[in-house]
Amino acid sequence: MAYSDKVIDHYTNPRNVGTLDKSSAKVGTGLVGAPECGDVMRLQIQVDDNNVITDAKFKTFGCGSAIASSSLATEWLKGKSIDDAMKIDNMDIVEELSLPPVKIHCSVLAEDAIKAAINDYRVKNGMAPIEAAKTHH
Amino acid sequence: MNLPIYLDNNATTPMDPRVLEAMIPYFTQKFGNAASRNHSFGWVAEEAVDYAREQVAKLIGASEKEIIFTSGATEADNLAIKGVFEMYKDKGNHIITAVTEHKAVLDTCKHVEKLGARVTYLPVKADGLIDLAELEAAMTPETILISIMYGNNEIGVIQPVKEISAIAHKHGALFMTDATQAVGKIPVDVNADGIDLLACSAHKIYGPKGVGALYVRRKGPRVKVTAQMDGGGHERGMRSGTLNVPGIVGFGKAAELCYQEMESEAKRLSAMRDRLQSSLLELEESYVNGNQEHRLPHVANISFKYVEGEGLMMAMKDLAVSSGSACTSASLEPSYVLKSLGLSDDLAHSSIRYGLGRFTTDEDIDYAIDVTKKAVNHLRELSPLWEMFKEGLDLSKIEWAEH
Repeated sequence: MAYSDKVIDHYTNPRNVGTLDKSSAKVGTGLVGAPECGDVMRLQIQVDDNNVITDAKFKTFGCGSAIASSSLATEWLKGKSIDDAMKIDNMDIVEELSLPPVKIHCSVLAEDAIKAAINDYRVKNGMAPIEAAKTHH
Repeated sequence: MNLPIYLDNNATTPMDPRVLEAMIPYFTQKFGNAASRNHSFGWVAEEAVDYAREQVAKLIGASEKEIIFTSGATEADNLAIKGVFEMYKDKGNHIITAVTEHKAVLDTCKHVEKLGARVTYLPVKADGLIDLAELEAAMTPETILISIMYGNNEIGVIQPVKEISAIAHKHGALFMTDATQAVGKIPVDVNADGIDLLACSAHKIYGPKGVGALYVRRKGPRVKVTAQMDGGGHERGMRSGTLNVPGIVGFGKAAELCYQEMESEAKRLSAMRDRLQSSLLELEESYVNGNQEHRLPHVANISFKYVEGEGLMMAMKDLAVSSGSACTSASLEPSYVLKSLGLSDDLAHSSIRYGLGRFTTDEDIDYAIDVTKKAVNHLRELSPLWEMFKEGLDLSKIEWAEH
């Protein structure tokens, strides 16, 4: 199975690899997946006083599609309000990266990581976490 | 050096040009049906098949009458297990195999279970070898067959076939071995090893795809298998179907070349494999999977902890290897062979199998070492697990949100 050009691009030149200070109140961290499943994503957001995401970083253990999905997610997050970021859907990632059906779980993981990072930020700042509105397959 | 580099010789091998040369006349001028008894076209084809039968037999120390040509090792495994069960089921219904066998054996065993067989799937030790005491303990008066592979396709581990066959024979059972990865790579002798049935394939030994063989012992004991393919009664009635003459000729030539070159080739390959392995083990947190003493000379299966196998292979785009990672299969389950060694799932996900072959050069190995090291280091920079490990966190203590 060949990878799409966009997956290869994100995989070869991953955007926003790195680590933010997870103890900062302005940083939300989402760590999802499990080593046993072959994917672990850590996605972090830096949020300003207007609840706008000013920076995003990731590190991912996983296949090329998982790395590309998280790299793409960090690109999309920057500049978005946390409310808008919450609306990113895994199928948007599938479409953008032309992921085949067997790799859809990589996009689900990226969406979960986004939501986990936002909720971590919300809880740190006295807001209630938002329950995931949909269940994945 | 020509890129990409092929180090996946356990999956298949390139055909040796000498094999192709031997095959070519049998597609065009010498196209006869080996079963045509009444004209020279048939005789020529039959003669070529007979010669190939001798070449293949010689490689495994058998007599040419004991070679049944098939479409490959999968068919040979099917014929052996189903054929023995059908032939001997009045004597007993118990078969013993191991969890690390190829799917061609495991799924065939599953099939005969539906037909009334009772199958014991022996576990393996952490090094991939079966426990002989456990095998002995599993034997019953009902046991008709032990089917244990010679060399494992994923980790290259060589099972103690002599000891296994001795146990089988002591209890009046037959011993069958899937020797697809071992034949032509290391000395295999059906008499010295006490093998009653043996499956092998041409395309793993620099021959063509679509042809293999089942060795069926004729003397001491005379083994019979019930045909699984009915028709014109070819191959002593055990496997009907017009013979694939060019394929069989190629298989014969490939076997002959292995017979002549195996000894020096095994030395060359194990030296290169050892150099590859020791260089890669310079990487922190890398581990060899399977027994290293009883191992095929051309195989190394190594786990690079905290990086995922498919991601790693993608980073090594001009190096063809394979991985036990789930992501390389549709099932999302990591390799059952590595898991049966007791490897944790994350190490199974992190494994790469290097399979060297006749056309592998020292330059290829240099390239493989270099590209693997770069890729592992690159992916560890991206890996949250590596960062946690470096911070001294115990990953097993973390509550992972499994999905």
